[in-house]
Amino acid sequence: MSGTRPSAPGAGRAPLVLVLPGAIAAVLLVLPLITLVATTPWRDLPDQLGSTVVHQALWLSLETSLLTVALCAVLGTPLAWLLARVEFPGRSLLRAAVAVPLVLPPVVAGVALLSALGRSGVLGRPLLDGFGLTLPYTTPAVVIAHTFVAMPFFVLSVEGALRTAGERFDVVAATLGATRWTTFRRVTLPLALPGLVAGGVLAWARSLGEFGATITFAGNYPGTTQTMPSLIYTELQADRGAAQSLSMILLAVSILVLAALRQRWLRPL
Amino acid sequence: MNPLPRLPRLSRVIGLLAAVTLVAPVAACGSDSDDSPSSDASSSGASSDGTTITVLAAASLTESFGELAKTFEGAHPGVTVKLAFDSSATLAQQAVEGAPADVLATADTRTMDDAKSAVTDAPEIFATNQLVMVTPADNPAGITSFDDIENGDVTYVACVETAPCGDIWATLAKKDDVTSQPASLEVDVKSVLAKVTSDEADAGFVYSTDAVAAGDDVKEFPVPGSDDEITSYPIAVLQQSDHSDLAREFVDLVTSKQGRSVLEKAGFGAP
Repeated sequence: MSGTRPSAPGAGRAPLVLVLPGAIAAVLLVLPLITLVATTPWRDLPDQLGSTVVHQALWLSLETSLLTVALCAVLGTPLAWLLARVEFPGRSLLRAAVAVPLVLPPVVAGVALLSALGRSGVLGRPLLDGFGLTLPYTTPAVVIAHTFVAMPFFVLSVEGALRTAGERFDVVAATLGATRWTTFRRVTLPLALPGLVAGGVLAWARSLGEFGATITFAGNYPGTTQTMPSLIYTELQADRGAAQSLSMILLAVSILVLAALRQRWLRPL
Repeated sequence: MNPLPRLPRLSRVIGLLAAVTLVAPVAACGSDSDDSPSSDASSSGASSDGTTITVLAAASLTESFGELAKTFEGAHPGVTVKLAFDSSATLAQQAVEGAPADVLATADTRTMDDAKSAVTDAPEIFATNQLVMVTPADNPAGITSFDDIENGDVTYVACVETAPCGDIWATLAKKDDVTSQPASLEVDVKSVLAKVTSDEADAGFVYSTDAVAAGDDVKEFPVPGSDDEITSYPIAVLQQSDHSDLAREFVDLVTSKQGRSVLEKAGFGAP
């Protein structure tokens, strides 16, 4: 989208055959966002910012999305390391399976989670009979749903970083007498840090916008399971204007956090 | 700490991120809100030279309007009735925005009022519906009456107040002095029914037509006071109709004795 300015001396003008479709793509991506902002009834905003339901949803969204990132880091980093560094049977199959939630419609992800962890699910039934535990309609269910859809972004990003970093340094560390765990902590992980940060941001963004799996698996109740996207969808049933200004709040929060991250982590880019 | 080769990759990921952040919430909402009327043509062999009338109808009318459309096509050779089902609020909005359709039938008068500018004459009430309580067929919580939802162990779900079914639920819950809270507020009545039939809730509050449609999958219980909180279904011909005479005839069929018996079979009450 760098217009018609040639990217290198002597490269010539950018050909119309690339500029035109590129411009259409840019318009398609940007125009609806501009009209969304332009048609939002801003006068609703002060009222909404003061309402308990919005506070609860915003707080729950932040809380669950951050927990999701933490869970992705704790569980996803080892999985990415296994996929990148350890030979085991079925590895390529597992890598393919990890990517499936990327293409699964979120509502189907919710149904899949219900079939596993719902009250009468394959794991949920013994959990209920044995410990009296039920997941649906609870905040942990929201985090589980978010982790299910966000983890692939994190794992693929970290695995990519691990592969790019290569095993050279790991091997050197090993020859210097480091155990595999020490190598992981002191060498592999620091080298893959940019991938971890990028994966974390991706997972966080995916979690913040997650809606279909959450409402299907965890339900929709203010304070426990109603995140911002669920609240926006609920409002959409009654008042599109209110739903739009709520979207603006979510948009503003995500831009703020990304800007903060850019200051802290992504400045070299 | 910053080996060169990794930078391009990271920036690519960040680019992807920007797209995900901005699009994901919107895309998620679009995925099951069905913004456009899914043209579920109950077309019984559409004749190529015949005319087609399009009926926008509330989702709860799926079974009964499907049957009435077939009756109508039988009586009018060469005419095809195309049915589009969605939530009433969505359909009313589409009607106002000039969707190419001939008839609008909604699940409450409020949404029909929203579409006032798009309908030709005063909408007619052709059916009523009321709230009932359903439990899964095996009734895991051993519910015997409406009062059992006050028992803390019972997990029940209802519609959110912005949906018509939730509006009625909220009114009745207040009237009946319900103090317990639902486990979840679903965005539409079909989601409530799904939670009950899939055994994820001990009870749910749905329309009597939903209980009829679910058949043996659910047990039905009355809700005290629901007779006073019935919802009315209005139907009207749309201004943008190219076949207003045929559209009028379809409305007449729905409001006829024959139409009423089809609707009653589906669990609707008489207006």
